[in-house]
Amino acid sequence: MSTATPSTGAPAFMPSAKTQNIPTSQRPASRLDTASPSGDTHNGLPVLGHAVGKTDRYIGMTGAQILLQMLVEHGVTDAFGYPGGAILPTFDQLYEKQLNFILVRHEQGAGHMADGYARATGKPGIVIVTSGPGATNTITPMATAYMDSIPMIVFSGQVRTYVIGNDAFQEADVTGISRPVTKRNYLVKNVKDLPRIINEAFIIATTGRPGPVLVDLPVDVTTAKIEETIDDAPYLPGYRVHTAGHSKMARTAAEMINASERPVLYVGGGTIISRAWNEVRQLAEKGNIPCTTTLLGLGAFDENSPLSLHMLGMHGSAYANYAVQESDCLIAVGARFDDRVTGNLKLFAPKAKIVHIDIDPSSISKNVKVDVPVVGDARICLTEMAQYIEHKPRTAWFEQIAHWKKQYPFTWQDNSPRAKPQAIIEAIQKVTAGKAVFTTGVGQHQMWAAQFKRWSIPRSMVTSGGLGTMGFGLPAAIGAQVGRPGELVIDIDGDASYIMTAMELATIKQYNLPVKVAILNNNFQGMVRQWQQLFYKGRFSHSQMVNPDFAAMAESFGIRGIRCDKKEDVLKTVEEMVRHPGPCVVDFLCEEDENVYPMVASGKGLHEMELGIVGTAPPNSGRDMGSLA
Amino acid sequence: MRHVISALVMNEPGVLAHVAGMFSARGFNIDSLVVGRTEDPNFSRMTIVVIADERTLDQVRKQLAKIVTVVKVRDFKDTPYVARDLMMVKISAPPATRSEIIELANLFRGHVVDVGQTSLLIEISGEEEKLDAFVELLRPYGIREMARTGVIAMPRGASSVTPGAEEDVKADPAKPTMSKPSTKAALPTKRQPTQQELEATPPG
Repeated sequence: MSTATPSTGAPAFMPSAKTQNIPTSQRPASRLDTASPSGDTHNGLPVLGHAVGKTDRYIGMTGAQILLQMLVEHGVTDAFGYPGGAILPTFDQLYEKQLNFILVRHEQGAGHMADGYARATGKPGIVIVTSGPGATNTITPMATAYMDSIPMIVFSGQVRTYVIGNDAFQEADVTGISRPVTKRNYLVKNVKDLPRIINEAFIIATTGRPGPVLVDLPVDVTTAKIEETIDDAPYLPGYRVHTAGHSKMARTAAEMINASERPVLYVGGGTIISRAWNEVRQLAEKGNIPCTTTLLGLGAFDENSPLSLHMLGMHGSAYANYAVQESDCLIAVGARFDDRVTGNLKLFAPKAKIVHIDIDPSSISKNVKVDVPVVGDARICLTEMAQYIEHKPRTAWFEQIAHWKKQYPFTWQDNSPRAKPQAIIEAIQKVTAGKAVFTTGVGQHQMWAAQFKRWSIPRSMVTSGGLGTMGFGLPAAIGAQVGRPGELVIDIDGDASYIMTAMELATIKQYNLPVKVAILNNNFQGMVRQWQQLFYKGRFSHSQMVNPDFAAMAESFGIRGIRCDKKEDVLKTVEEMVRHPGPCVVDFLCEEDENVYPMVASGKGLHEMELGIVGTAPPNSGRDMGSLA
Repeated sequence: MRHVISALVMNEPGVLAHVAGMFSARGFNIDSLVVGRTEDPNFSRMTIVVIADERTLDQVRKQLAKIVTVVKVRDFKDTPYVARDLMMVKISAPPATRSEIIELANLFRGHVVDVGQTSLLIEISGEEEKLDAFVELLRPYGIREMARTGVIAMPRGASSVTPGAEEDVKADPAKPTMSKPSTKAALPTKRQPTQQELEATPPG
C-alpha cells in the first residue's frame, strides 16, 4: 500500500497531514512503508518493517524486549557487540537468540564488523555495546562509517536517567561525543519514545546518503515497561531525501555529454550504495564514455571493460589522471571530489565542464564548482539521463587513452630477493579470479590491492576510504563473512594495520569464521615510510615495526598460520590459504623499500604525478592487466 | 559579507550543540546566533548571522539543512526582510548628565527601564547599525554593562520559514501585502538623527 509521494521528489518523513497537504481523512493508516522514499525497499532491506501509528502492541513489554523485537521486524539477522553493566537488560534478551550475535574482543572491532557487514551486504550494520568506554570505543568506527556513508546503528547502554550528568560509573556524554560523526543520535529518556526512535534510526541510517545513527539507552529505559497506547510513527519533519533528480538537469547533463569530445565518467561509492552499477555500465556503453572509479567505487564498473580507466587519484592510474585533466566533460556519479581524488583543486580538470550526480545537496559545489548538478539517487538519475545519451565514436579520445594505457600501465619490477607486495596481490587475483570479498587495512597494501587486483564485482571491495582507518581490515572481514557466509572473504592487510585489531582473531575462532588474512609484511608502516623517504629525507621516525611471528600468533588462537618468506612460494601459499577450509592467516614477508606509484604529491595537480616505476619501460606490463596491454 | 540565515529547528536537546558544532567543525564564522521559541512548541527558531562569501553561504545553508533536526533553512540574501537586535545598556548617569542621556534614549526610541542613584538602564531595539550608533554616543558617559541579543529576522510579506512552506514562496499577487519592497524604505523615520547631528550636541 502506498500513498502519493509528494511531487517534489523530496518527501519529508512527517506524518503530519498539514505539511503534505493531504487531508487526514484521505491518508491511509500511517504505515512506515508509505514514508519510504522510493516506495519500495532500500538495498534489499524493508526500510520500514511494520504498520506504525497509535498502537497497543508494546503494552507490557520492556524497553529491551521492544528493541529486540523491532530489530527482528526491521530485518536484522546479525549484530555485533560486547556486554557491560548498562546494557545488561538488552543482553538478557539476546540470551533468547533471536539474532545471530557476534561477541567481539573490543568494541572498535564490533563497529568495523558492522561496517564491513553493511558494505558487503547493503544491510545496516548493528552494534550493541555498553555505556562509557564501550560506547566511546565505537567512535572510530562511526567516524569511518560517516565518512564513507555506511548505514550503521549503534545501540549503547547508558547510566540511569536520574544519574546522567553526575559522573556516574561508566558514564560518558556519548550523544555529545558522537554528534559530529553520526547522521543523527538519540538519548532515549522515556521508554514510550523508544519504538518511534528505533523506526527513525532505521530510516535515517539507510536512506538518502546513509550513515551511522547512535541510540543511547539508559538502564531504566531498557527495564521500564510500556503501559499504554503509544505512537511509533517516525516524526522527521527536517529529513528530506532527494531521490528523483530534476528531469531538466538530467537532460541538460546528457546534452552536455553528447556535445563533448573527451568525456570521463568518475564513479564513486554512491553508485554502490544506490545499486547503480548496471546503470553506470549502460550509460558508459551507450554513450561510449571511458570510466574511472574512486577507491570506494571499485567494483561498480568492470575493470576488464575496454572503457575502464581503473582508479584515479593520488595513487590512481596515470591514464585515469591524465584523462581527467584533459577531459572536456567530467561526469561525477556518487563521488564527492575528495582531496585524495582531485589533488590540487586549482589544477583539477581545468578543461572540463562538470556534471555531478549526488543524493546529498551539500556535496554539490563543495570542493569543485559544478556546472550541471543533478541531485538525486544515482540509479534513478542515470536511468533518466541514459535515455538522452547518444553513442559517439570519439576516436581521437580513445586513441589518446590507448596511448596512455600502453605508455603508463601499473607495473612493478621483480628485482629483490624478497617477494614484491604487488606479486602477492597478483597471485591472489590469479587464484581467486577476483571472486571473493576483499577487505583491507589502510596504507600501501590497500593501494596495491586497488591497483593490481582487477575489480569487477560490486561490494567485493571493503575498505576505509575517507577516514583511512588502520585496523579496519580484520574486523571488516569478519563482518563481511557474517553477512555472506559460505563465500570467500580475504583480508589483504598490512602488518601495522593488522596488529591494531588483531585480537579479533579470538572472535574468528569463537565463531569458526573461515576468514583468510594475507598480511603484506614489510615490517614498516609502509606508507608512512614512503612519505618519510620522499619528503622527510629518509628520516624514518617511528615507522619501523618489530612484529611478532604472525603465523605463530594465529596458531596460538587456534587458527591456521602460515609464514611465506620465499618469493617463489607466493602463488602456492595463496592457493593453500584459499583451499584451507577454516580461517587462515598468512604472513607474506615482503620487500621493505617498495613504493606505491604513481603518486600525486600533496599540493600537486593530478597531471603532475610522480610516475616512478610506471614511467619506465614496463617489463611486466600486460600481465593480468585486463584491457591494459 | 554578512548574511542572515533563519533556521527552524526541532525543539529538543542537542540541536543547538549540533548546529554550533557544525559551524566550528567546518570553519564557518558565526557573527551572532539567537535561539528562541516559536508559535509551535515543537520548533525553535535560530537566527544566525554569518560572515561568508556567496559560495560559503551556499555551503552553510546546505550543511544546516542536512542536519536531521533542522527542519527549514532560509537565507535572506535576495529577500526583503526585517531584522532587529535588542540591547540593554547600563550607563553612568549622575544627576548632571541624566537628562541628556534620557533625551538621547528618546531620540533613538529607547526606554529607560531602571534608574539608580548614578546609573540608568536603557532598553533599545532596532537594526544593528542603529544600536551601534547609540552605543558610540553613550560611550563618553561611561558604559557599565551591556548585553545584546543578536539579530532576529523575518522575511517581509506573506512568505515564511515554516515547516510546510516552500523554499521560496512567492507572495500571492492576489493578496497585496502591506510591506514595502526594500528594507531601506521601511527604516523607522526616527533614524534620521544620525551620528553627526547628534554629536553636535555636546555630552556636557
